[in-house]
Amino acid sequence: MADAPLSHPLGAAASDEDAPLYAPRKQIYPQAVKGRYRTIKWVVLAITLGIYYFLPFIRWDRGPNAPDQAILVDLANGRFYFFFIEIWPQEVYYITGLLVLAALALFLMNAVAGRVWCGYLCPQTVWTDLFYAVERWIEGDRRDRMRKDQQKLTLKVAGQKGLKHFIWLMIAWWTGGAWVLYFADAPTLVYELATLQAPLLAYTWIGILTFTTYTLAGFMREQVCTYMCPWPRIQAALTDEYALNVTYRYDRGEPRGSVKKNEVLKLQGLPAGDCIDCNQCVNVCPTGVDIRKGLQLDCIQCGLCMDACDTVMDKIGRPQGLIAYDTEMNVKARMEGRPEVRHIVRSRTLFYAGIIALVGAIMITSLAMRQNIYLSVMHDRNPLFVRLSDGSIRNGFTIRVANKHLDERRYALTVEGLADAKIDIIGGEVDQQGRAIVTVGPDQTLEARVLVTDTASAASSSTDLQFILTDLSNGDKAATSDHFKAP
Amino acid sequence: MAHESHEQVDAVTGVTTTGHTWDDIQELNNPLPRWWLWTFYLTIVWSVLYAIAYPAIPMVSSYTKGVLGWQSREAVEVDLAELRQQRSGMTAKLAASSLDEIKQDPEMFAFARAQGKASFGDNCAPCHGAGGAGAKGYPNLNDDDWLWGGSLAQVEHTIRYGARSTSDKGHSGTMPAFGRDGMLKREEISHVADYVRSLSGLPTDKAADLNAGAKVFADNCAACHGDKGQGMQDLGAPNLSDKIWLFGSDKATIVEGLNNGRGGVMPTWHGRLDDTTIKALTLYVHSLGGDQRP
Repeated sequence: MADAPLSHPLGAAASDEDAPLYAPRKQIYPQAVKGRYRTIKWVVLAITLGIYYFLPFIRWDRGPNAPDQAILVDLANGRFYFFFIEIWPQEVYYITGLLVLAALALFLMNAVAGRVWCGYLCPQTVWTDLFYAVERWIEGDRRDRMRKDQQKLTLKVAGQKGLKHFIWLMIAWWTGGAWVLYFADAPTLVYELATLQAPLLAYTWIGILTFTTYTLAGFMREQVCTYMCPWPRIQAALTDEYALNVTYRYDRGEPRGSVKKNEVLKLQGLPAGDCIDCNQCVNVCPTGVDIRKGLQLDCIQCGLCMDACDTVMDKIGRPQGLIAYDTEMNVKARMEGRPEVRHIVRSRTLFYAGIIALVGAIMITSLAMRQNIYLSVMHDRNPLFVRLSDGSIRNGFTIRVANKHLDERRYALTVEGLADAKIDIIGGEVDQQGRAIVTVGPDQTLEARVLVTDTASAASSSTDLQFILTDLSNGDKAATSDHFKAP
Repeated sequence: MAHESHEQVDAVTGVTTTGHTWDDIQELNNPLPRWWLWTFYLTIVWSVLYAIAYPAIPMVSSYTKGVLGWQSREAVEVDLAELRQQRSGMTAKLAASSLDEIKQDPEMFAFARAQGKASFGDNCAPCHGAGGAGAKGYPNLNDDDWLWGGSLAQVEHTIRYGARSTSDKGHSGTMPAFGRDGMLKREEISHVADYVRSLSGLPTDKAADLNAGAKVFADNCAACHGDKGQGMQDLGAPNLSDKIWLFGSDKATIVEGLNNGRGGVMPTWHGRLDDTTIKALTLYVHSLGGDQRP
């Protein structure tokens, strides 16, 4: 571990080898804190929760044959609506692309400023933060809560705890309630839920999400981040020495001492740091770590210790930023009198940004070129071909035509590749030009059986065949290839 | 394995050990996690309640039925009833409509074809093949050659009553065993076999006496198969002048048929399948290719 870039000279790692592998859970009572990062976190909390809870109510007019909910996962009909995009089950790759983008964004965030996701955006962090706020509001700040937990339970405290759990459950219930709104028309479902007419599945899912939210944000909290979540491990493998992290600048803070003692030391010309060992950074930490031990797995880099330390530094008249977004490399550089290195724009970040731009461009292009007409053809497996009484050979195909328009369309199907091919359709009609005509309802698919006969008996054992589908209203075409089989 | 005294305490964790040591590795005597233990107790309680509520314990000739009276067989019946209920609207429509009406209605036609396909797999595929491609002696249902007629009504009649079946209304008419029963001589059979091959333009031996074959055909075969071998659907006599051969077109196979006769059996499905299923089967089979020659 000594050579690892994130190890720390002051870490309490010396005795690690003898320490037990099991650590019992310590109850954490984070203290209230004010400051720049706390404000950012409140804003992010309001925005993310606002999006989550209210997004299903946004309307988006798609015309008469489609739902008017901006974001809707319509499982019953196999459709996903996202504002102007409507995704069919065979287009799930758009969601794959979205997930690829999300993963890359996470990598980029990590390369720029460490665990930004964990500290500010992760649902576990946001909901836990909200639950802590409720707890603090009802039971009081750190010391009050510690005292109340140590004392014998009084009626008043029991009442407070009861109220806290009630509010937690309400938030959790609302979380589950908002979840199901993404899967059905939100206003209708709210009415059905209120009048107890909603499908059982809706109540089940609300129950499941109420339970998980209440448990994860109310009880498991930092244990989720430390033990359950794989991201701390993954990001440790992805990070490099240039990534900004919440860092205790021990070049400036050490050696620690009380304000007066360190001032005396300074006057004597002896080394004295700015850290006064007030433990405020530890008290406010939602995961209970001591940031002064350096970068560690449990630290979600929420930035609250920076706020706490800045407040103290202001009070004792020292400059802010004893704990700040910095790198271990720069701390060492300053100690050794070398210049600092800051590389936000470097090959790693450029690479991630480049892939994000590439994947984004591919997705936008494919979305823009997405066709509203779709044809799939499946050759009969048994029999591969049929000999008719006049000796000609016929092949059977099952076609599926998808009409992604919101009105009924008529399509003409023709084949190319076989001279004198006669086309016939069961589940459609044949027009005078010998084309097979199918009519497909709005936003629907249609399956039909197509019989292609080689009237000239010219086909070899396998001939390439092109099926061409033309939208009779606007001339849009879709094509797919198959084979014509003969003995 | 060295057995040591029990009350040993592990120095690092402060937990007593079980006293067992393997290769100097000791086993800590930690209690089971409480959540695990309670889940375990819960499963025991659950199993007892389950055994009371549901069929569980095998007895000598029967088994405990459970107080809820639930049975998997009944559950299947409930599921089937639900399915029938779900389909009842469409089934009723099919029952009330004629074959032509169903064919004209895209929704009913699609439903009938889907149901017919499933039923075909269950009942017809053993002889006619999964795709209706048939086999030697079992007609291919995809082509336009129909022994007993390929119109919707004719296909339905054949499915319902069969051919050479146990039903009085089934098709009858067999190919006699001309050779075995001594009606034709060996050389006459050879001549007529050559002649039959020539009817559909197949090559014949140079030595073949087609005129003699034509005479034998006119005297013995034309009554059923027609003057030009065009066949007769009322009797199920195949068209001998087209390119489709139920048993095969080589001379040996034709001679075999002339010697021993032919008479494949299509069973009657009347009374074994309900009316809507027979309708659905008719439409499915017809959609395979029957359309081509009404």
